[in-house]
Amino acid sequence: MTKMKNPYLPEMATIQEIIQETHNIKTFRVTLNNEQSMKNFSFEPGQVGQLSVFGVGESTFVINSSPTRMDYLQFSVMAAGEVTQRLHTMQVGDEIGVRAPLGNWFPYEKMKGKDIVIVGGGIGMAPLRTLLLYMIDNRDDYGKITVIYGARTPQDLTYSYEFEEWRAAKDLNLVLTVDNEAPGWEHKVGLIPNVLLEESPSPDNTVAITCGPPIMIKFTLEALKKLGFEDENIYTTLEKRMKCGIGLCGRCNIGTSYVCVDGPVYSFAKLKTLPNEL
Amino acid sequence: MAKYLKKDDLGSWLKELGETYKVIAPVEEGDAVVFRRLTDERTLRIDRQATQGPKGVLFPACEELVSFKYVKDPENPEKTKVEVKETVEAEPTLIFGARPCDARGFDVFDGAFTKCAVKDNYYMARREQAIVVSLACTKTETTCFCNWVGGSPDGTGGSDVLLTPVTGGYLVEAVTDKGEALMGGKLLSDADDARQAEAKKLLQEAKDSLREAPDFDCMPEQLYALFDNMDFWEKQSAKCISCGACTYLCPTCHCFNITDEQQGKEGSRIRSWDNCMSHMFTNEASGHNPRPTKAYRLKNRVGHKFCYFPDMHDGHIACVGCGRCIKSCPVALDIREVVTAAKECRLPEEETSDD
Ligand SMILES: Cc1cc2nc3c(=O)[nH]c(=O)nc-3n(C[C@H](O)[C@H](O)[C@H](O)COP(=O)(O)OP(=O)(O)OC[C@H]3O[C@@H](n4cnc5c(N)ncnc54)[C@H](O)[C@@H]3O)c2cc1C
Ligand code: SF4
Ligand code: SF4
Ligand code: FES
Repeated sequence: MTKMKNPYLPEMATIQEIIQETHNIKTFRVTLNNEQSMKNFSFEPGQVGQLSVFGVGESTFVINSSPTRMDYLQFSVMAAGEVTQRLHTMQVGDEIGVRAPLGNWFPYEKMKGKDIVIVGGGIGMAPLRTLLLYMIDNRDDYGKITVIYGARTPQDLTYSYEFEEWRAAKDLNLVLTVDNEAPGWEHKVGLIPNVLLEESPSPDNTVAITCGPPIMIKFTLEALKKLGFEDENIYTTLEKRMKCGIGLCGRCNIGTSYVCVDGPVYSFAKLKTLPNEL
Repeated sequence: MAKYLKKDDLGSWLKELGETYKVIAPVEEGDAVVFRRLTDERTLRIDRQATQGPKGVLFPACEELVSFKYVKDPENPEKTKVEVKETVEAEPTLIFGARPCDARGFDVFDGAFTKCAVKDNYYMARREQAIVVSLACTKTETTCFCNWVGGSPDGTGGSDVLLTPVTGGYLVEAVTDKGEALMGGKLLSDADDARQAEAKKLLQEAKDSLREAPDFDCMPEQLYALFDNMDFWEKQSAKCISCGACTYLCPTCHCFNITDEQQGKEGSRIRSWDNCMSHMFTNEASGHNPRPTKAYRLKNRVGHKFCYFPDMHDGHIACVGCGRCIKSCPVALDIREVVTAAKECRLPEEETSDD
């Protein structure tokens, strides 16, 4: 009998720290229980993991820490249904299962030497954070970085405790926006695509990466096109309902492309070649 | 060299094989014929197509992937730990009496589960230990269309041994090296020319009884072109009641769900057959559903079999033409009519191409 790694068997991990990001998003910092596994663990920015609460199920989350910082693996979880709500009740020291890394990643090699525009909305900032930290830790490899990050209200912005660190990076412009005026808010007010047009980053030698709710992605794409970005220089990450995460259960396909294996990161040029089924 | 097995010796032959293998064969169960472990109490039924094919032997309708147990941490009784165990199980198994279409279903499974980036270790473990002894069809049914999709009443794809019924017994031929190992039994004698000629004649008659096969080479392209034509898919799916019978009985449908079950401190992570014709299949936590109506779901079912799978696996269509979805559909939705309509549907581009 062939002896092979069981792709369905989660590794056990322990929650080391929990951060309440917003009223419905918690960030979990976890380490794999097996020290050797943790030491050997490697992943690429943008890859995801399946987190297990045994007895409830598994769900997909992007690993939003950076491969350049391997003290822990970080996942930010928005309470949505069964698994996510149960995760929100868990405490430091509790054990969960992890199957990771899964899926593809941002083309961070191809992006070297280019200016970068990151446009994130709400929990959509999670996959962008891993990329951002990776670029900050390899700062000289990339040109100017513009980050446009928006949420409904100031309280809905994740990672706010880190904004200072992001801003401190060389040649990094962090633009924050919320939908409506709020007491004490000193940044932009307005929808993300409008703020993007206002900032008007040049498309020359620039790669744009966007992630957020579908409606935001739609209008952000229109804004990027208006600014002159080509489809092959715009990337996004897709969400599809997933189960196996390894291309077998047949749930996440768009035509022949399985989002769990061939995604979640797609260029708009690639998306245009796929059947229209988002 | 083809062998001959006397009809009266079939039972003894299977018994003999039962010493080495767990023998699974089509048996009577109420009105249905289903693949079960062959025992003295069960009646073998190989005179007609089984109600359900043998896919469950290698891909059970429901199986445990891992088991888990919440236990107190001995070093820190305040804390609970989770013990997780994998449960890959396989034993030497002989699948007897699969029809050539059923056996070709395993070809599709091999493509989907073993010729891909991450392989399904549960399926592979069983597949490696399985030997498939198929029975060629000398009689066909009106719902059979194996010849449309690359098969044939005497097709050998997915089989290790092929039996053909002839007067008084069966012609027995090894298809693979694995099958060669079964050719030595003392109940098998060399088949004479007359028996071989008879088998050939019967099989030719079976082939001739099938409806002429349309050319499906154009299907992937045609289905891509029809992707956004929701009028077409709404018309085709109008009758469907999303019951899923077609997917459960299909020898090539391989989509599955993974769910957890827990009783007290222990539980299982279970994989079970899933049904792409159901609304829940792709429904997301946000309420968004990329396949919101049955029209989208039928499009994916037909698309997967006649377009995406062939595109990913050297043109191999992921329907074996067994006709079970046609026979079992409560509203008589016929996949042959859907693909024929798709093939014949004139595309808007073509209509305007003369000017
Ligand atoms: C590639 C990818 C990356 C993601 N990254 C994150 C992230 O970093 N943070 C975050 O909060 N959320 C993320 N999500 C969404 C997250 O997976 C779902 O919100 C979550 O699965 C809902 O699970 P549930 O059990 O709480 O909901 P339920 O509705 O109870 O879901 C039951 C099952 O449905 C599936 N499911 C339901 N909705 C989705 C969905 N939108 N996407 C995938 N599977 C779904 C899950 O497999 C789950 O087991 C991501 C999704 C994908 C596909
Ligand atoms: S068996 Fe018929 S009614 Fe049921 S889901 Fe399939 S096509 Fe629809
Ligand atoms: S789609 Fe229908 S005819 Fe084709 S293999 Fe499946 S059950 Fe048989
Ligand atoms: S999640 Fe199972 S195939 Fe993609």
